[in-house]
Amino acid sequence: MPKVTVDGIELEVPNGFTVLQAAEAAGKEIPRFCYHDRLSIAGNCRMCLVEIEKMPKPVASCGQPVGEGMVIFTDTEKVRQSRRNVMEFLLINHPLDCPICDQGGECDLQDEAVGYGRDHTRYHENKRAVTDKNFGPLVKTVMTRCIQCTRCVRFLSEVAGVPELGATSRGETMEITNYVERGLTSELSGNIIDLCPVGALTAKPYAFVARTWELRKTDSIDVFDAVGTNIRIDARGSEVLRVLPRINDAVNEEWLADKSRFAIDGLKRKRLDRPWIRQNGKLQPATWDAALSAVVARLNGAEPGRIGAIAGNLCDAESMMALKDLLVGLGSPNFDCRQDGAVLDAGNRALYLFNTTIEGIDEADAVLFVGVDPRREAPVLNARIRRRWVENTGFVAGLIGPYADITYGCTHLGEDGAALRALLDPAHEFTVKLAAAKKPLVIIGQQALARPDGAAVFAACWQIAEAAGALTADWQGFNVLHNAAARVGGLDLGFVPADGGKDVAGMVAGGVDVLWLLGADEIDMAALPPDVFVIYQGHHGDRGAARADIILPGAAYTEKPGTYVNTEGRMQLAQRAIFPPGEAREDWTILRAVSALVSKPLPYDDIEALRQRMGEANPVFASPDTVRRIAPQVGLTPKGDSGQLSDAKFTAAFATYYQTDPISRASPTMAKCVTDILPPAMPAPVQQAAE
Amino acid sequence: MNDMTTETFSFDDVSEAKIPGIIAKYPAGRQASAVMPLLDLVQRQMARLTDHAWVPRAAMDVVADRLAMPRMRVYEVATFYTMFHLKPVQKFHLQVCTTTPCWLRGSDAVLDACRHAVATHGDMFSMEELECVGACVNAPVLVINDDYYEDLDGARTEALLEAFRRGDAPKPGSTIGRQNSAPEGGRTTLFADVTKHDTGADS
Ligand code: SF4
Ligand code: FES
Ligand code: FES
Repeated sequence: MPKVTVDGIELEVPNGFTVLQAAEAAGKEIPRFCYHDRLSIAGNCRMCLVEIEKMPKPVASCGQPVGEGMVIFTDTEKVRQSRRNVMEFLLINHPLDCPICDQGGECDLQDEAVGYGRDHTRYHENKRAVTDKNFGPLVKTVMTRCIQCTRCVRFLSEVAGVPELGATSRGETMEITNYVERGLTSELSGNIIDLCPVGALTAKPYAFVARTWELRKTDSIDVFDAVGTNIRIDARGSEVLRVLPRINDAVNEEWLADKSRFAIDGLKRKRLDRPWIRQNGKLQPATWDAALSAVVARLNGAEPGRIGAIAGNLCDAESMMALKDLLVGLGSPNFDCRQDGAVLDAGNRALYLFNTTIEGIDEADAVLFVGVDPRREAPVLNARIRRRWVENTGFVAGLIGPYADITYGCTHLGEDGAALRALLDPAHEFTVKLAAAKKPLVIIGQQALARPDGAAVFAACWQIAEAAGALTADWQGFNVLHNAAARVGGLDLGFVPADGGKDVAGMVAGGVDVLWLLGADEIDMAALPPDVFVIYQGHHGDRGAARADIILPGAAYTEKPGTYVNTEGRMQLAQRAIFPPGEAREDWTILRAVSALVSKPLPYDDIEALRQRMGEANPVFASPDTVRRIAPQVGLTPKGDSGQLSDAKFTAAFATYYQTDPISRASPTMAKCVTDILPPAMPAPVQQAAE
Repeated sequence: MNDMTTETFSFDDVSEAKIPGIIAKYPAGRQASAVMPLLDLVQRQMARLTDHAWVPRAAMDVVADRLAMPRMRVYEVATFYTMFHLKPVQKFHLQVCTTTPCWLRGSDAVLDACRHAVATHGDMFSMEELECVGACVNAPVLVINDDYYEDLDGARTEALLEAFRRGDAPKPGSTIGRQNSAPEGGRTTLFADVTKHDTGADS
């Protein structure tokens, strides 16, 4: 641990620290453009100059390792003058178009120019101009503003693993480009907008929409996958204008997936903002009173055992708790939150969580994916696994399921049950590798569990994990990767059929007369018998609403305080950013109102009381933001029998990453991604005659 | 970008035969180092087969896939070096050195002659200006495809280009009979017979 002195402050820093990190540890801020602590060091902007005793010239602190006894000065006149000079060079070719730049107000270059910029220019030659590039529907480019820090290039190749950006040519003509003029295909591409220290890369859908200081910022949790990414919702008036990641090293570090960032324009379209009742086969607008009395009449008229409820993928735990309590009050055992029919045992958390925890990934040295495409189902989490692969040359990865490019070296072991069965043989090449690994992960996806032989798949994976040493006292490597934000919360609340209750398949097959869909749009509506009376409670006019007999307008995740439990079992609280549109209401209050009308009032009148009830139902809900690594219990075995494994192929969880739920299906931006980014892996380039 | 093309590219047998040897020069796992020789191979194949030496983007993709490296990394290399032509050049690509020594020795006249050739026979000649090509001692210098033509003036450049146009193959090197980079008109020093030279220092 070298001892260094920063501006007179003596401190000890870890080996391998850079001077910039040491200065930060001493509480000194160093201006920087190219340096980013989650990317490799480029050292090309020179803004981070400091003086070091015995070194003749100022030194770029971001790339300089500390040495024993170094005496560092971060704020001498020489340092300030050097930074001023660097700034002058950076501004030579910078357009200074801040008034029409979307980065204005949150621009590193602008901020540093306040400290180190000159009030006039000495450069009277023409500035260089760079043509804008096509990076697809999400990232807008104004490349003349680029200061060539290469953060975007480094992010895409190092973190996202989709090296589509680079610097072409050199010197004066150097440009940051993808060269091929088509959309970036990474699911994490939006992060380069946050990383770009200037306004060269901005959010295309957000172009010219708002200034940062006009926005109301609310902390929330992302619901587009089950990672539980911490987000900040920026709203103005009654509109959500953008979503940005918040830093949480244990969950998303500082990244956010593109769908979560850009699907929000779907929140303004196809909204259910008033109740509807189906009359003579057509949905008619109705009042709350009329809708609620119709609901109550149906509930009262139905046999309790013939009432059922299905919770969707985006539900907050509060509304699921209220719905379950309502059904139990009515005497019905039929409720299920596993829309896709995944065979998950809600009885034991170890059997449905990402047990290793997201932070635990950082220790892993091998991984087997079964029936999951981690890149599309959990992009941020996949980037974390990718980092293990980058850091660790011996990292072994294998995938069973439809072939997918998951951005790092991964052996495709097959796409059917037989491939999984083959791994049960301890002599199988991959099984041997997995067993040789010290901390292997077995990650099983929802599609693997949603098959008729899901329990057998589960048991087989468990066996493989056990044989690989992933279920020992100090390493729990068996993981279920969810792709629905609501799922773990639902399982934690026991939103699964009670004794004798029907599951999703049973209900859809006509096991109930009245079916309450809480934001459930991904079940097979066509399979529902026509005489089933469907109450759809949710926020979008999607598949469920189209089938509904009564629609109760609820709130989207941005419009209600909510509790979500992510795939590793971390319970997190989201705040309300805006109010629901029109007559729509917070979901649990709708259920509370119905319970009173059927004379089975729920025992809570406000959200605190409801949350207390949740805490009683499962202590998980009493401890926000904590995960416990579950040590595998001795003798725990899943119910299935791996002998029952069928040879059927595993299927992909969704047809396209960009449209997976009512919000993203309503989003024009996501629709554009589907047409512009996805289909042609390599579009036919523009025809051009040779010159 | 003007270098897009619908052309597909594949290495022909002649090029294909050279590839293993090129890749073998680099340690295993470092085959991406072969990117420059392979791009050069592409350019030579294009010249051989079409008379236009250049690197189409489709070929960059082929090189990237062959070397298992990201396509973008190949685009970066190909655009970095001006020796890789991103657009087709003509059969005789004239590269005129216009840096100070050549300029002082009359590269303007060479340039004019080249411009004239391109203007009148644009189907045969294309040209570009280069920075110092490292043969200043025989300035001014004109590089045609792979060969250097030195000690030029306007008239000799015109004659040279005319010879190319006729289909002759003029001998590369000095156009005034200078031997390599020896002084003009023969050597001016080192007349003594060095084999008989007595060092006089035997202590
Ligand atoms: S576009 Fe932005 S992030 Fe990328 S190199 Fe330019 S300034 Fe840096
Ligand atoms: S931050 Fe150090 S050189 Fe850019
Ligand atoms: S200046 Fe022309 S060869 Fe050096």
